Order: sequence, then C-alpha cells, then structure tokens
Amino acid sequence: MKKKLRYERPTITKQYSGLMNKFGSSSLSRPTVDIDGVSIKSLCEGYGSPLFVISEKKIRQNQKNAFRIFKNRYPKVQFAWSYKTNYLDAVCSVFHQEGSWAEVVSDFEYDKARKLGVKGEHIIFNGPAKSEAGLLNAMKNKSKIHIDHFDELFLISELAETNNIRAEVAIRINMDVGIYPIWDRFGFNFENGESWQAINRIIQNKNLKLVGLHTHIGTYVMSAEAYRIAAYNLAGLCKRIKNEFNVSLEYLDLGGGFASHNTLIGQYLPAEQLVPSVEQYADAITNGIFDVSFKSEDLPTLILETGRALIDDAGFLITSVITNKRLTSGKRAVIIDAGVNILFTSFWYKHNIQLCQNSGVHTEDTAIYGPLCMNIDCITESINLPSINRGDKLLIKYVGAYNMTQWMQFISMRPNVVMIMENGKVELIRKAENLDYLLEQELLPKKLKLIPV
Amino acid sequence: MSKIHLIENLAVSDSGFLFLHTTGETFTLNKTGSEIVRMLRSRKSKEEILKFFTENYIVDTNTIEKDFEELVAQLKFYSLVTEK
Ligand SMILES: Cc1ncc(COP(=O)(O)O)c(C=O)c1O
Repeated sequence: MKKKLRYERPTITKQYSGLMNKFGSSSLSRPTVDIDGVSIKSLCEGYGSPLFVISEKKIRQNQKNAFRIFKNRYPKVQFAWSYKTNYLDAVCSVFHQEGSWAEVVSDFEYDKARKLGVKGEHIIFNGPAKSEAGLLNAMKNKSKIHIDHFDELFLISELAETNNIRAEVAIRINMDVGIYPIWDRFGFNFENGESWQAINRIIQNKNLKLVGLHTHIGTYVMSAEAYRIAAYNLAGLCKRIKNEFNVSLEYLDLGGGFASHNTLIGQYLPAEQLVPSVEQYADAITNGIFDVSFKSEDLPTLILETGRALIDDAGFLITSVITNKRLTSGKRAVIIDAGVNILFTSFWYKHNIQLCQNSGVHTEDTAIYGPLCMNIDCITESINLPSINRGDKLLIKYVGAYNMTQWMQFISMRPNVVMIMENGKVELIRKAENLDYLLEQELLPKKLKLIPV
Repeated sequence: MSKIHLIENLAVSDSGFLFLHTTGETFTLNKTGSEIVRMLRSRKSKEEILKFFTENYIVDTNTIEKDFEELVAQLKFYSLVTEK
C-alpha cells in the first residue's frame, strides 16, 4: 500500500507588501520537541494534556546566577523565595536547597514553609492580613515579621508584652521611586514621615526589636533606576537609625519585582530588548546602598524576594489543539485545551508559544482561545501560526510564575504538574484534580439528597 | 450541483505563490492549499478533490471536506473564485 502524506490544513494568506509585519518575524518554523531532553510527546502520554512542566535545572541555574551576580557586587546577600509566586512544595524545596529563605504573606504559606523544614528565623512574614495566632506563632519561632500598618504594630506589641517575647520586626515602606502605580497601600510611607514615626515607636518599645527595613516597589518593574532610589532611601534610613539611636539593623530587604523575559501585552518590542538584566538591577541596588557610606561593620545584609524573574522561564505549559475555527471577521482561531483559569498570566503577557511538531511554513494571524465557555478565555489575540491540526501540541513558555498559585478550577480542573529533575527523571509533583477532590470539601444537607442513603 | 471556478488572470507558482494580474495582489498558499488551487484550475470537482486527499493524505473525509469548504470560503472572500 502507498504511504500517505502528513496532512496539513490548506491555507491561503494575503500578502501586504510595503507594510511592516506587525507580528514580527516568525520564530516558529522549527518545532520544540522536548524540554530538558524529555520528549513532549512522552510527557503527554504519561501525564495528559494540558500539563505543567517545571525544570529543576533551570530553577537552580537562575538562582545560582542571581546569587553570583549580587554576591560579586555586595558582601552580604540573602535571597528569600516568594511563596506566592509558586508555592508547590517541590519548587520551594529547590530554592531552599539553593540557600533561599522563605518569604510568605499568609498563615498557610507560613505553615507550608515550616512543614518543608525552613527554620523559623529564616522566614520573612509579609502581608497586610496576618492573623493574631499567626503572628504569635511567628514571634515564638523568631521569624522576621514585616509590619504593614499601625494596627498591626500595636497588636504585635500587645502580643509580645502578654507572652513575654521580644519580637523581631521590620517595617514595610512605600515610596515614590518614579514608577507608577505607587504601591502605597502597603506599609508606611517614606516621604511623609510615616515610616520614621513607625521606626521611632518600635525602637522605644522594649518588646520589639527592629532588625530590618523592607520595601517592594512593584512587580515587573522595568526601571533599574527605581531600585537605586529605593535602595538609597532604605540605606539612608538605616544610617539615620544608627546615628540617632545607635541601633544597627541586620538587613535591608528590597523585595521582588524584577521583570522576567515575558513580553507584556501592548509592548511593541520583545521583553529581551526592554527589560533590564539581573546585572543592571544588581548594579542599581548596590550602588544605591554604597551611595550612603557605611562603616564596613555596619553594612546590612541585602535581602531579595525575587519571584517572577527566577521561576518564569523554568515553567512550561503543554497544551493540545481542540479545533480550528474561522471567526465571522475572517480571522482564524485555534481552540486549545488550556484556559485562562490555569493560565492567568494571559491577561498581561503576550505569551511565547511554540509549535511541537513540523507544520507548514505559511503562517496566518491567529487568535488562540481556551476551552472555557466564556468570552474572556483568550490565550492570545494575535500570533502568526502555520496550519495546525486537532491533537497537535503547542508549548507555552515562561509560565512558572503566579499561574500555579492563582489558578482555579472553573469548568475544567487543574492539571498535573511534573518536574523534570536534573538527571532527566520526570516526577509528578502535583496530581491533576478530579471530582473526588472537588467533593471532598462539599456537604449536602440530608433533605436535599436525591438518592436515599 | 454548483461548480467552483477559479477566476482568470491568476498565476500560481509551484511554490504556492499566487498572483492576480488585474490588481497586483499576491497570496501565499501552503502545500495542500496550492494543491487544491491547482486542481480547481484543472477544473476538478469538489468530489474529485476530496477523493484525491483521502487517498493520498492521512485525513478523513469529514476533516478534508470542512477544510476544503473553509478554503473555498476564503478564496471567495478574496474574489478568487466564482460559484456557478
Ligand atoms: C512583598 C513581596 N515580595 C516579593 C514579591 C515577588 O515579586 P516578583 O514576583 O515580582 O519578583 C511580591 C509580589 O507581589 C511581594 O508582594
């Protein structure tokens, strides 16, 4: 029998000569067939589709690289892994093995870090809504509590007093560093003197020990200069505290916020051309601190809560094509099996999407939609794609940050997550949800039961 | 039964490049697309084209029929075919 040819949907594309192609040149011609040497096909066969894949190797590389860059510029550096960015146990553990502390913003994240074996004193407790029990627990464990507002300051003081503990605290400070919006909802303001007032109260309180100053100026911050200003302001306060109260702080915490290599929706140029490198952020921060001259014994440790920039490119989402459609406008659409409920970042990133099999060379402007019965379920409004068929795979890159924490079960449930280990072994690190998982939390009142028990 | 006619004044290259003399418009077709256009040009019927595809490609009748209709709809949209 004659061997049949691989079928590809027939396409025709009109050429507009003289106009710049606003979708940029297509880098899609060569398919991505593996992640860290493990074939995408075998991953789907073993764990289904959609499937989140995390590279252990890439996380370690990113963390080692960032640490080296800062350490080359500053003697005392400590990273604290931002749990909210991705708090899967396996992911956090890789960061902890690389020497990172934990940065948590809720009681459950705190408990998760403790369960993984992180020492109390290596946990930074941020966030505006810590519970009383959570605060007391953190105080007893000598964790670093970053105070967000005056009510919290008073509560901590009271708890410390009644329980006869000296709590280790820092304050979160917001400031104008030239980027907008200013995250002034969090912490005490720098410019209007609120932060200095909070510092005064803490230093005069015998139950509180001021150990550091914290700021987190935003997320996906594209200006390194903003970090220089932030570092300079924190360092200046630190020096003033030393001068006026003879108190040496242990650390300055510059928070997270470095941009990753994802391109934002509406950004014309690819992120690689716009976003500062880790070196540039590091230069800015360390220069900001050195601009305030410290005696070497007074130099505080620099803490970084970098999230996105360390994990985004270590995460991948494999998805399958469900169908091709032609919209009434004439535009082509592809429906895939991954929706915005598991890929929240579609709302702000123009995701990097790769083909996983040989496809034609003729491309057409295409919208990619997820499987949810909702108009908002758009993965991308516009990408140049060649013809692809039902069942073909697409690989969405740089999805490691925030998706595996902000996801929700809605119409479809959350899929498997696997980690490709450094030795190439594939480990399931979070099981796909099923109906039993969903029903575990539900209770049906007796009189509503249709099936008699 | 209606028959699909490719308009005159149309040049189709082997590499899938389609040029309309009258307006100067150009289009690109992928391999299967140019195959269909070439068959239309040699006045093959829809049935003959579908049969050719199911015999020579890994594709079922439903899929090729749907894709064929879609391509024809686009050709119509660009005024490259007429149906009589
Ligand atoms: C206090 C704090 N630290 C660190 C982070 C991590 O930020 P990113 O992922 O932008 O680096 C966040 C994120 O919002 C945060 O609120």
